[in-house]
Amino acid sequence: MAEKLIARGLNAYFGSNHAVRDINVTINANRVTAIIGPSGCGKSTLIRCFNRMHEVVPGARVEGQVLLDGEDIYAPGVDPVDIRRRIGMVFQRPTPFPTMSIADNVAAGLKLNGVALSRSERNRIVEHSLRQAALWDEVKDHLDRPGTSLSGGQQQRLCVARALAVKPEVLLMDEPCSALDPISTARIEELLLELKENYTIVIVTHNMQQAARCSDFTAFMYAGSLIEFGETKQIFTNPTRRETEDYITGRFG
Amino acid sequence: MFNPDETLNDRFEFVKERTASRIFHPRSLGDPLFTGIIATLAVIVLALLIGIAIELTVKAMPAIRHFGLSFLASTEWNPATDEYGAMPFIYGTVVSSAIALMIAAPLSLGVALCLSEMAPEWLSRKLGFLIELLAAIPSVVYGLWAIFVLGPWLRDWVEPVLSRYLGFIPLFSGPRVAVGMLTAGVVLAIMILPYIAAVCTEVLRVVPQSQREAAFALGATKWEMVRMAVLPYGASGIIGAIVLGLGRALGETIAVAMVIGNRPVISASLFAPSSTLASVIANEFVEAVTDLNVAALIELGLVLLALGLILNVVARLLVLSATQRRFSRVA
Repeated sequence: MAEKLIARGLNAYFGSNHAVRDINVTINANRVTAIIGPSGCGKSTLIRCFNRMHEVVPGARVEGQVLLDGEDIYAPGVDPVDIRRRIGMVFQRPTPFPTMSIADNVAAGLKLNGVALSRSERNRIVEHSLRQAALWDEVKDHLDRPGTSLSGGQQQRLCVARALAVKPEVLLMDEPCSALDPISTARIEELLLELKENYTIVIVTHNMQQAARCSDFTAFMYAGSLIEFGETKQIFTNPTRRETEDYITGRFG
Repeated sequence: MFNPDETLNDRFEFVKERTASRIFHPRSLGDPLFTGIIATLAVIVLALLIGIAIELTVKAMPAIRHFGLSFLASTEWNPATDEYGAMPFIYGTVVSSAIALMIAAPLSLGVALCLSEMAPEWLSRKLGFLIELLAAIPSVVYGLWAIFVLGPWLRDWVEPVLSRYLGFIPLFSGPRVAVGMLTAGVVLAIMILPYIAAVCTEVLRVVPQSQREAAFALGATKWEMVRMAVLPYGASGIIGAIVLGLGRALGETIAVAMVIGNRPVISASLFAPSSTLASVIANEFVEAVTDLNVAALIELGLVLLALGLILNVVARLLVLSATQRRFSRVA
């Protein structure tokens, strides 16, 4: 099993607030890794460190290393723009661009690479990405409608398609189902299982059942620290740490 | 003993009671009162506009009767012969405002982008305040500065360059003078810049951070993020800001009257003196002798009002047609 992302001594701050404390974790390629923990434990901040999105917030900074295929993405001279093209992200709330059509939303990232794509090539990528995101059948007849005309669950899958269109190696998902109804949630979860054949997936979730259902590895975070990391089955059936057991049995959080 | 069914039932009864008491609660007096007050205020504003239009029309009646529609098309303005036409002033107003917008709109957008996307928070607030201070300078001060500094500077440094490289276009040919259309347009640009910039900055600040992050997450550079997420989202607000600036430029009087040269002619050259609807009213109203002259000046005021309304409506329709198609169903 290849190691795709490795965090070493990772610390993240918002001003003087120490949000992520000395994290060491390894994310395996072609697996789904879930990060669980109570609100405010730093799980979103942690995955935002994996594609250098944390530093977009004013006053935020990161210390430590994150190795992508063995190379530190925080090394001097590394352009965060290049990192984000290799590590895609889907957010908590769907964020389609409201002035763009469904097709344009999917193709939004393609324009950024500066490569002139032919019309047919672009359409092929749009269709492929929408199929991967299990949205194609629902939107194929009205690709020119605004992305915001879709339902919340469809919008989130549109955002997945948009992230996939630029062919990232890793897909980070920050509570992608927290704004969705159970049916849409189920579709996104099915999607994860299909996508992990080609992508490495890290998903932050509030929902422990979701982590248990669709992840291979689970990391439990509390108060900014990584408490326990292991195979999902082991974390949920036989946790080694008391805090993990308390959390997954619903004693706090 | 704890009985879950009983507690749930209790809860249900409790919620039912609360809901029932809310329906009959006599608190619903405030809403109609509030509606009444704001409706009255809204109507007063509208009535004011209509009242002004009616008053102008009545006072302009002698000129309207005398010249009819040819008043709008005629280029003759001569108090000595009592011949009046509005065309030179309409031209002067539209052209000076157009120059002002062409300079101020891109500049303001640049300022707004700098304040909202580039500058750190503490600097952005301070700079924003300084730019808004520009709006507090009285127009007569801008006019004085334009007479003594801006006009001569344009004549000596800008107009020679324009006429050397663009002189084949009639707009940039002819004798170079300090007072004229170009000077008026530039001083107007400086005057409307703070308005457009301030509104644009606020418009860009309300673009959700999630839109910016969505673009960044796709691997956008800062400029690509601005083009992909910020500008499209703020487009209708930006155009609204420009329309606001246009309104200011159309009606600005004193500064323009001081530097435009006040000649009721349509010249091919932008360097030449001209006159606007607002500036001619300010210049000639106290000296108007005949009743027809006074009425003609008032009719110019009516034309200015109509011009402002028409340009506003056109701009708003433009915004609507550009945005409604895109935002047709915002979820």
